[in-house]
Amino acid sequence: MKKLFAFGMASVMALSLAACGGAASTASSTAAAPADSASSEAASAETTGKKWVIATDTVFKPFEYTDASGNFVGIDVDIVAAIAEDQGFEYEMKSLGWDAAIAACQSGQADGMIAGASITDERKASGWTFSDGYYDSTQTMTVAADSDITGFADLSGKTVAVKTATQGASYAESLKDEYGFNITYFEDSPTMYQAVLGGQCVACFEDTPIMKASIKDGDLALKVLNDTASDPAPYGFAIFNTDNQELLDMFNAGLADIKENGKYDEILAKYLG
Amino acid sequence: MAKILANYGGLLMAAMGQTLLLALYGLFFACIIGLVVGLMSVVKNRACNIIATIFVDIIRGVPMIVLAFYVFFAVPMLLNNILHLNTMLGLSGSITLSGLQAGTICLALNCGAYMAEIIRAGIESVDKGQMEAARSLGLPYWKAMAKVVLPQAIRTMIPSIINQFIITLKDTSILSVIGFPELVNTAKNVVGITMSAFQVWSIVAIMYLVVITLLSRLAKRVERRLNRGRQ
Repeated sequence: MKKLFAFGMASVMALSLAACGGAASTASSTAAAPADSASSEAASAETTGKKWVIATDTVFKPFEYTDASGNFVGIDVDIVAAIAEDQGFEYEMKSLGWDAAIAACQSGQADGMIAGASITDERKASGWTFSDGYYDSTQTMTVAADSDITGFADLSGKTVAVKTATQGASYAESLKDEYGFNITYFEDSPTMYQAVLGGQCVACFEDTPIMKASIKDGDLALKVLNDTASDPAPYGFAIFNTDNQELLDMFNAGLADIKENGKYDEILAKYLG
Repeated sequence: MAKILANYGGLLMAAMGQTLLLALYGLFFACIIGLVVGLMSVVKNRACNIIATIFVDIIRGVPMIVLAFYVFFAVPMLLNNILHLNTMLGLSGSITLSGLQAGTICLALNCGAYMAEIIRAGIESVDKGQMEAARSLGLPYWKAMAKVVLPQAIRTMIPSIINQFIITLKDTSILSVIGFPELVNTAKNVVGITMSAFQVWSIVAIMYLVVITLLSRLAKRVERRLNRGRQ
């Protein structure tokens, strides 16, 4: 038993050492890359100050996605661009994916993240600081076009699909016990829709405008049940390291400016129609 | 980390239970598939040999994540929309597979193909003279296989089989993509809720490490037992 314990401890130590080594080497390699490019434009970097790294998701339509011509676009992308222009800071957007964006901010490889993240107390308690809300999301339930489900009451004993770590998932979780349904978590929207279309799940939950846009774009045999909408909850830009408070302040100031000068409404209209 | 353990420890433990359940089901059927296909590739019958080779080549040639999407989405679609099996059987709805069923099929097929190769190699490692001697003593082929060749072959197979079991146990994490609530799927969810990536993944790594270490120890003990009496 003692031997086993010693072996266990040794493996845990080996693991944590390996983890440290891995993190350190990736940090230094990414640090080296910008240094090379920075030397060529050292003069401009000195006058304009720091280049902020902002992490985001890969696909969270229409907040961030790659359009038909291969450009990375979306509400988040345009809002950051407009705020950076308004506040005069330089930034680099990194499309890492949801999980990796969180890890990048925690490890200091990114300064902030914007990925349609809802502002929740639980996330604040884990050490994140959020900006003012930049978008109010409502969640609705969607079912197959030929489904006879009309509301939550019909869900008893059935399984619904949600996307991991979204506001839609939290909404479904809040209703789960009252209406007695099960939840299956998928990693992305296409898989979640497919589960409803294929009959593995009877319904899914997602942001109302996103769901409507996806159904229209993809010509999916799904229908949105409008009277199942949740109360609106805000999305925020987030930082993990408090040293980046300056970036958060600029975001808030810039957000107020673009809301005032109409740029914000322009961006929303462009993506939500 | 302590707070995450306090709030989500139970959820993660339940997910570990699901991981083990899925691995257990998968391995059970993988053993059956492996034995059948492995024997099919060593018997003196060309049709059996070809079927076994095609099965192993297809499963080994497709990544398990692709296999998972196929079993979970494409197979029910094929059964319902193209073969209309659901109406043929008089079912009102469409045929679907649960995450556990689809996951079990994927693991069983994937692990089964590798097991078949391990079993084939194990049988071929037993000297041909053993089978010939057994047959010349008047034992029928299957009796000679079951009583003389397989017992010797199994001893050489054990380390590879244990290795394959551990790989399969970890491969359950791939099935997080079809929404089966195993450890990785649940961990992603907890990461999303708390936005604490490192803490959650560290807990998950330690959980896998503990379980797999314990299982390896257990397997070693079984191996020693099976080898008892061997020169």
